[in-house]
Amino acid sequence: MSDGARVDTPEQAAFREHCRSWLVANHPGEPPVRLPQSAIEIMNSDQMDFLQTWQKSAYDAGLIGCDYPEFCGGGGHTGFQRIANDEMIRAKTPILPNVIGLGMAAPTILNHASDELKAELLPRLLSGEDIWCQGFSEPGAGSDLAGVQTFAEPTGDGKWLINGHKVWTSLAHFASWMIILVRTDKSHKYDGLSYFVVPIKSALGKGVTVRPLIKMTGELGFNEVLFDNLVVDDRMRLDELGKGWQVAMTTLLFERGAGNLDTPRAGGMTSKASFTTSVGAVAKLAKETMRGGKSVSEDPVMRDKIMQELVKEEGFIQTQRRARVPELTDHPMRIPLQGKLQVSEMHQRTANLAMEVGGAKGSLYLGDEAALEGGQWTLGYMNSFGFTIAAGTSEVQRNILGERVLGLPKSK
Amino acid sequence: MAQPKNFGYDADAAALKSQAEKFFNDRLPVDQLHALVAHDSTPEREPVVDWKPEIWTEMVELGWSILTVPEDKGGLGLPLVAVAGLIEAQGKAACPSPLLETLNVGLVLSHCDQADAGFEAILEGKSVALAFADQHGSYEPSTTQVKADGDVLSGTAYFVQEAGKVDALLVAAQSGQGINWYWVDKSAAGVAVQQDAIIDLTRDQATVSFDQVSGLKLGSDACAAFAAAQPAIAALLAADVAGAGEWLLQTTVEYVSVRKQFDRPLGFFQGVKHPLVNVMLAIDETKSLAYNAACAYDCDEPNTPKAGHLAKASAADTADFSASRAVQMHGGIGFTWECYVHLYFKRQMHSKALYGDAMWHRAKLADIVFGPAAA
Repeated sequence: MSDGARVDTPEQAAFREHCRSWLVANHPGEPPVRLPQSAIEIMNSDQMDFLQTWQKSAYDAGLIGCDYPEFCGGGGHTGFQRIANDEMIRAKTPILPNVIGLGMAAPTILNHASDELKAELLPRLLSGEDIWCQGFSEPGAGSDLAGVQTFAEPTGDGKWLINGHKVWTSLAHFASWMIILVRTDKSHKYDGLSYFVVPIKSALGKGVTVRPLIKMTGELGFNEVLFDNLVVDDRMRLDELGKGWQVAMTTLLFERGAGNLDTPRAGGMTSKASFTTSVGAVAKLAKETMRGGKSVSEDPVMRDKIMQELVKEEGFIQTQRRARVPELTDHPMRIPLQGKLQVSEMHQRTANLAMEVGGAKGSLYLGDEAALEGGQWTLGYMNSFGFTIAAGTSEVQRNILGERVLGLPKSK
Repeated sequence: MAQPKNFGYDADAAALKSQAEKFFNDRLPVDQLHALVAHDSTPEREPVVDWKPEIWTEMVELGWSILTVPEDKGGLGLPLVAVAGLIEAQGKAACPSPLLETLNVGLVLSHCDQADAGFEAILEGKSVALAFADQHGSYEPSTTQVKADGDVLSGTAYFVQEAGKVDALLVAAQSGQGINWYWVDKSAAGVAVQQDAIIDLTRDQATVSFDQVSGLKLGSDACAAFAAAQPAIAALLAADVAGAGEWLLQTTVEYVSVRKQFDRPLGFFQGVKHPLVNVMLAIDETKSLAYNAACAYDCDEPNTPKAGHLAKASAADTADFSASRAVQMHGGIGFTWECYVHLYFKRQMHSKALYGDAMWHRAKLADIVFGPAAA
């Protein structure tokens, strides 16, 4: 976990300097294509190629995977990723495309795979040469994740046959690999689950079919993945047979930003470099938007609404700051487990507020030159539902907070 | 000065807070608090001042009342974030005392030009409250309804907090040369304290009139001094709200974990669980913004006024939300006088409007973000 209260050691200070000078010399500059707001909305190979080239160059410069062991292709350091992240975001770099690999697959593999598998998979994951996706959700298993029915059957010669249907699989259309939660025993709901890594790209047409789904925004980005007698070697299993649920909890812990290792993170640059979902951006829009001959920022009702959101945004920022001060927190997971819920709902409210500020212009979308910020607010509002639904819906997040932090009885 | 990332909340601050938590638990657990302040349920009861002066005497001996006296005036030199921890603990215990008001006066005096006599009185153990609000409840000295003729005060101050407990008042009065702060002993001739009939049983409030009362001028430009102290006052009150909110949350969590309906503890149901999580999120927001405002004040940051308004805007809403959900989730028992929840419900209702409600603080925030609203 990053620790903003900590001062850089001499080694860390030198590394920060390295990041800064490297980024000045090697920032990829304005992209040749419209970039999406996040990696899970990458639609085409032009976008993907540009972003993969960027991740590889940042990896080669030592800015990605810094805190992973050297035999896994990492830098072997401690507390360096936090610094590289600070500097990449400060330099307004492109986003990293292998977001599921870096944020979920890598820490899961590090915690649960054999050293052999770590050495085999992690270097190309960290460099972004192999894109990863996550096979958890199914048509019949959404919030009730342990209900997955995709089945792995032993063949008797150290291999498994996988059959089933995964959905809402972001990045599967670019992915080389998938982390997958499967059922290996139908008689136990939780203890009947196991966890594998399986090939996607190299198995297309040989047991794997990827079908893109079109989102409500019109963008591509997530898929259904069908498994029809895919053969997988037993050495691709993570942890013990029947321990899939525990391994999945590691993945989810990192997915929700509550893991104990900093996820490589970059960003700040999109196709419109000035655009971010923030209350400050809404305030700017309000100043620039005229209604009835006056700026929206002079309307007392809208001023109050925007300030309500400012209180929430600043409260969240200060709560993240407080999370790093143990004397000011009661339960160690109380703040970390709020992050995903708070960020996703905050972005949703903020984007919606921007559309309200924009009035009639809020009706215009990407294809209209007069749209608010080129339609980014509208797109962002719709995409925000991806974040309040994926990775455990807001409703599931509230269950988790109520049960794990407040100690309320489990809702299942 | 840039803010330290840990809010400047150090081991001394943590020690003070845990000392305070233990103190309040020992001296006035909630059943004794209820017996002390909730002995008369009559809605039209005569206002009384229920508190334990002997607890206050101990608090003074512990040095808590002088925590906002500047170090070079004889104070202890602890940062405001440490004081916020103490007040959070007091809020969680809902302990009736003149501590917060005395600390507020120390903060205002810290921005006055001739305040030594006031600091000396606080160092001697005197308790004191701010007297400046007008009859409409404007917590700004600019509209004070007390006038000064030389050092002789006449008029009325409204919504004076803890007036029934304190030894003295710091009064904002309009003189021929602007509005000044004056120290007045409550026992001075011409001071009349009329207790307000307030809903909060853990505080007292009064309308205080002054009839030719001689005061001691401690500061000129009362508005500037108050404006400089206001972010700190907001931070401390927000800490109180966060503490009281946490009591409401934890008490409600305990209740819904035990109380069964439909063969399940109430907390099993998402209709109960999710609102309580939302209360937790609200408390965390207020607590974080309280310590942020205290830290900004300690560091004398240009953003300090903004941080103060953020803290109290959040606190006012959290006060309301934490209180209402606690009663609602307790169900029928939560609606009774015998259930302790109403003590904190009423304390939060009082805190909500005290020193500016959410809408007022958001209007001030908007003035900072957008520039003043057009008239």
